Amino acid sequence: MAIKRMSAFRHQKQLNRSFAVTFMLFVLLALFGAFMALPLIYTINNAFKPLDELFLFPPRFFVRNPTFDNFYDLVYLIGNSWVPFSRYLSNTIFITLLGTAGHVIFASAAAYPLAKYKFPGSKTLSTIVVLSLMFSGHVTAIPNYMIMSRLGWIDTHASIIIPAWAFPLGLFLMRQFMEQLPSSLLEAAKMDGASEYRIFWQIVMPNVKPAWLTLIILRLPSLWGSDGGSFIYSENLKTLNYALGQITQGGIARAGVGAAIGLVLMIVPITMFIISQSNVIQTMATSGIKD
Amino acid sequence: MKLEKHFQWVALRREIYRNRHYYILMAPYMIIFFIFTVLPVLASLGISFTYFNMLEPPRFIGWQNYSRLFLNDDVFLIALRNTFYFAIITGPVSYIACFLFAWIINELPPKIRAFMTLVFYAPSISGNVYYIWQIIFSGDKYGYINGFLMRLGLTLEPIQWLKDERYILSVLIIVQLWMSLGTSFLAFIAGLQTLDRSLIEAGAVDGIKNRWQELWYIVLPSMRPQLLFGAVMQITSSLAVADISVALAGFPSVNYAGHTIVTHLMDYGSIRFEMGYASAIATVLFIIMLGTNLLTQKLLRKIGG
Repeated sequence: MAIKRMSAFRHQKQLNRSFAVTFMLFVLLALFGAFMALPLIYTINNAFKPLDELFLFPPRFFVRNPTFDNFYDLVYLIGNSWVPFSRYLSNTIFITLLGTAGHVIFASAAAYPLAKYKFPGSKTLSTIVVLSLMFSGHVTAIPNYMIMSRLGWIDTHASIIIPAWAFPLGLFLMRQFMEQLPSSLLEAAKMDGASEYRIFWQIVMPNVKPAWLTLIILRLPSLWGSDGGSFIYSENLKTLNYALGQITQGGIARAGVGAAIGLVLMIVPITMFIISQSNVIQTMATSGIKD
Repeated sequence: MKLEKHFQWVALRREIYRNRHYYILMAPYMIIFFIFTVLPVLASLGISFTYFNMLEPPRFIGWQNYSRLFLNDDVFLIALRNTFYFAIITGPVSYIACFLFAWIINELPPKIRAFMTLVFYAPSISGNVYYIWQIIFSGDKYGYINGFLMRLGLTLEPIQWLKDERYILSVLIIVQLWMSLGTSFLAFIAGLQTLDRSLIEAGAVDGIKNRWQELWYIVLPSMRPQLLFGAVMQITSSLAVADISVALAGFPSVNYAGHTIVTHLMDYGSIRFEMGYASAIATVLFIIMLGTNLLTQKLLRKIGG
């Protein structure tokens, strides 16, 4: 594996840049990078700040006396007063897993025919999906609520999970990537007698791995950070982000817990991101299927 | 004539039957998509021709919302101007930045690349990050920028960055640019990784001399699908900017200096509950986005000669 990676890297270096340009680029990247990473650094530092540092004015970026108190309070304090912290956590995990997986599979399944074939209605459907990206969500909230209540989904997790499956962004992204797949590859599989479903699952999906990993990265944080909005009312169905809102409203004493939840909310998308990124590298080293 | 129609119908049915597997593949997505996206959008378009305060049933008033919007609403014109100003700067700049950073980062060794991608995507992944900018642009002398300027002796008194009409929009543009390495940036990285290496090798054989030629003749044309995706996302997000304005400049901002079409929409939709009017605003925004997208797509077709 290591050898493969090295060779993939060397491959790209066919046209060499001068040392000066490379050096400049690194400096530029490092400078911009430090600037972009500010929120990460701040959130991590915040979570370990004792209360007096959290309320320091003017606010300080880095923590002086790091402490785990905030995390202890998070589990202990909430467990005593409201619903156990683990309940919020498991609700959020449930919504995120089901929502993301369903979105990736359904959006890809719908994108494949739209990207590669022409059939009655295909062009119209593609256009409608792209158009829907451009409509502001602020005014569709109310019609959406009415539909939810007709379906009887108010106060269920379905109201968050199922609409997430058909987020237009996913289909648009997958369709753009699948357009690049060589048609000869698909025809060859058809010649060998593979069904459309098998082609989709065993040929199309593995070849657009970077695309659906990107989709996971895009979709997962918003589900993980969803607060259930206007659909969920029962305390034991609520999500982590909702709990965050409730806790920080609890006043000054809760600010530490809020900072800790901030980190918990951020850590999962980041972990997922790192896993996906290393996976993307793998596909790159092994793919040689373009025509 | 009737017979001809009949044959067309038969042919269409046969065509649909022949492609039945594709319809089955699309069915789960499309059903949910129509219920939760298309239906609400159509409802909103319909509501834009009514007076609807959510207590009484909607009352049809024709084009009245639209005429009020353009003829009687001065604040909307401010919002429109701000949004255009905003989009004209942030749209193209962040689109090009997304691609350039993706291009540079993609050539780093795998581990460093994964790390740099994370760092650049950080503002998008860490959710609510505006508080950092509130510290930086804070209006007292503890704000980082004010402190810096005063130490250098360039200003004697702290500048009210977020309360002074002259600065609000520029500050918002800077923050939006910082936040904008999001969806399209990731799509470009993924696109560069699916790029066919053999094309680049072939290019080197065929006399491509430098990296700029390689970029223009090989990389860009083979990334057209991702470039189009990025353009649509960038246009949509730069025209629909609102959260940043609300978080930094307040709602409403001083003298509406940071007001945008979407904050105007929020004003009528979630504060005044004039849903008909809010829907009309949404429709106008939709048409603007559509026009911009068509124009951009025409431009993108020219890439790579």
